[in-house]
Amino acid sequence: MEFIQNNLDIIYFVIFCVFIGIEVIANVPAILHTPLMSGANAISGVIMVGAVIMMFQVPPTNYATLTVGGIAVFLGALNISGGFFVTGRMLKMFNTKK
Amino acid sequence: MNVLVEVGYLLATVSFLGGLKFMSSPKHAKIGNLIAATGMIIAVLCTFWMLNTQTVPSVNLIIIAVAILLGTIGGKVMASKVEMTAMPQLVSLFNATGGGCAMLLGIVEAKQAGLGSSFLGMQILLLLGLITGAIAASGSVIAYRKLAGKTKDNRNIMVVLGSRVLLVLFFVVPVLYFVGVLSIPFEIVAYVMAFIALVYGILFVLPIGGADMPVVISLLNSITGIATALAGFVYGNKAMIAGGIFVGAAGILLTLLMCRAMNRSLLKVLAGKFKKGKVAEDAEAQNIKETTVSETAMQLSFANKIAIIPGYGLAVAQGQHLCGQLQLLLEKRDTQVDFIIHPVAGRMPGHMNVLLAEANIDYEHLKEMDQVNGDMVHYDMILIIGANDVVNPAAENNQDSPIYGMPIVKAYQSKQVVVMKRGMSKGYAGVSNDLFGMDNCNLLFGDAKDSLQNIINQLKLI
Repeated sequence: MEFIQNNLDIIYFVIFCVFIGIEVIANVPAILHTPLMSGANAISGVIMVGAVIMMFQVPPTNYATLTVGGIAVFLGALNISGGFFVTGRMLKMFNTKK
Repeated sequence: MNVLVEVGYLLATVSFLGGLKFMSSPKHAKIGNLIAATGMIIAVLCTFWMLNTQTVPSVNLIIIAVAILLGTIGGKVMASKVEMTAMPQLVSLFNATGGGCAMLLGIVEAKQAGLGSSFLGMQILLLLGLITGAIAASGSVIAYRKLAGKTKDNRNIMVVLGSRVLLVLFFVVPVLYFVGVLSIPFEIVAYVMAFIALVYGILFVLPIGGADMPVVISLLNSITGIATALAGFVYGNKAMIAGGIFVGAAGILLTLLMCRAMNRSLLKVLAGKFKKGKVAEDAEAQNIKETTVSETAMQLSFANKIAIIPGYGLAVAQGQHLCGQLQLLLEKRDTQVDFIIHPVAGRMPGHMNVLLAEANIDYEHLKEMDQVNGDMVHYDMILIIGANDVVNPAAENNQDSPIYGMPIVKAYQSKQVVVMKRGMSKGYAGVSNDLFGMDNCNLLFGDAKDSLQNIINQLKLI
């Protein structure tokens, strides 16, 4: 109960996000499903922000943790850049000839 | 926390949403991608803005900078080198990196949290984020290997049993820990759970068959999103929560869409199960008529309205550009050429659309199954390239068939059907295709790419 009370704002936020997300994405036509997926994939790379925040707090002498954290940031960056670039490349091909 | 940072995260959240919104039309999708990418850059820059109020050792900063630089370059290189036919593999590989990031984050954070007195809710969130991230990571790697043809399906009973046992462990281990039976540091629990989740991810994707891949990829995508959202909770970071939830929603929506298009429940797909039907004896009874390239070309030259139904076989044969050439050639003769795309054709949602877009085929000509199924009779000719189960009329009229009830493209109703096939192998479902025995159906054996090339050459002469 205490947990809910402390995080009420976030819980509201989550519920709205779920519904808005579903509403927005339900309108995407089948033709764009692959770009949607890889675009969404890139957005989930926002996890890198978490990895960076975590790295801010690691003591500089803790090499093992620094390494693991560094790998996490690298993977996140790979996800973001790869995801957006590949989506862009796919979308460039969708053009009407007229 | 800094107000500017909060505003930045707000901007990022709105851009993600706007970007996804723009994705709903092919014309604006490019802008949508740019908006979402801008949002991401804002989110990352904002995070560094925190340095104003907080001192971070320079070693950490250097590592972060190098990691981001390497990741960005790596992603760019991979994205620009990939063949369009290999798109499903790449998307699952990128998904694996996101999941991996979430998992490592959880591991490190668990170690930090173990030092202080963090409370129950946070620990549960941490564990959940870690588990989902690990499943998405290892599952996506297996999905990638399967799509690239490096790993085969494995429906060994041990795999199935093993994954169920692990599923139980997901609940047992944390409960034992939180009740206090296991007196080990939280850190160790986190390591154990990460390991279990990694193995589970592998076992869970292994038994799933090739044609079910669209479902699995969407599902893994959504799991990564959920992992991101959970990590967002741990940090109280709204951009992460929102981004994660949007991705989760997109993934779940696509998963359900794909399942519906196959008339199979998600549970059955995950169990790698297929209803066993009477499939053995009717194969020989079929009366199959073969056709030749020149005959097909001749028929095409007389047709007014034709349709091409592509399947995974087209991607394998890399015949998409020839489809485009064929369309151009026929359109010059005032023949209308449509492409009819079944929702689960290929190995990921929308796979065929991307493939045909690469061949410069106008998306106005890409029809969805439901759009055209009503007036199939108006097509003078239908070319089926590398698709099988999605046009099998058994799904409509043979209750014993394993694919009974799956929505299909009603190709058999058109005036003439030509099926391009490599050989008389059965479709993924292992069912013989009743379409092949029908009066209006001819089979053209051979590699799809060669056949298409030959048809184009012949058509030029006519």
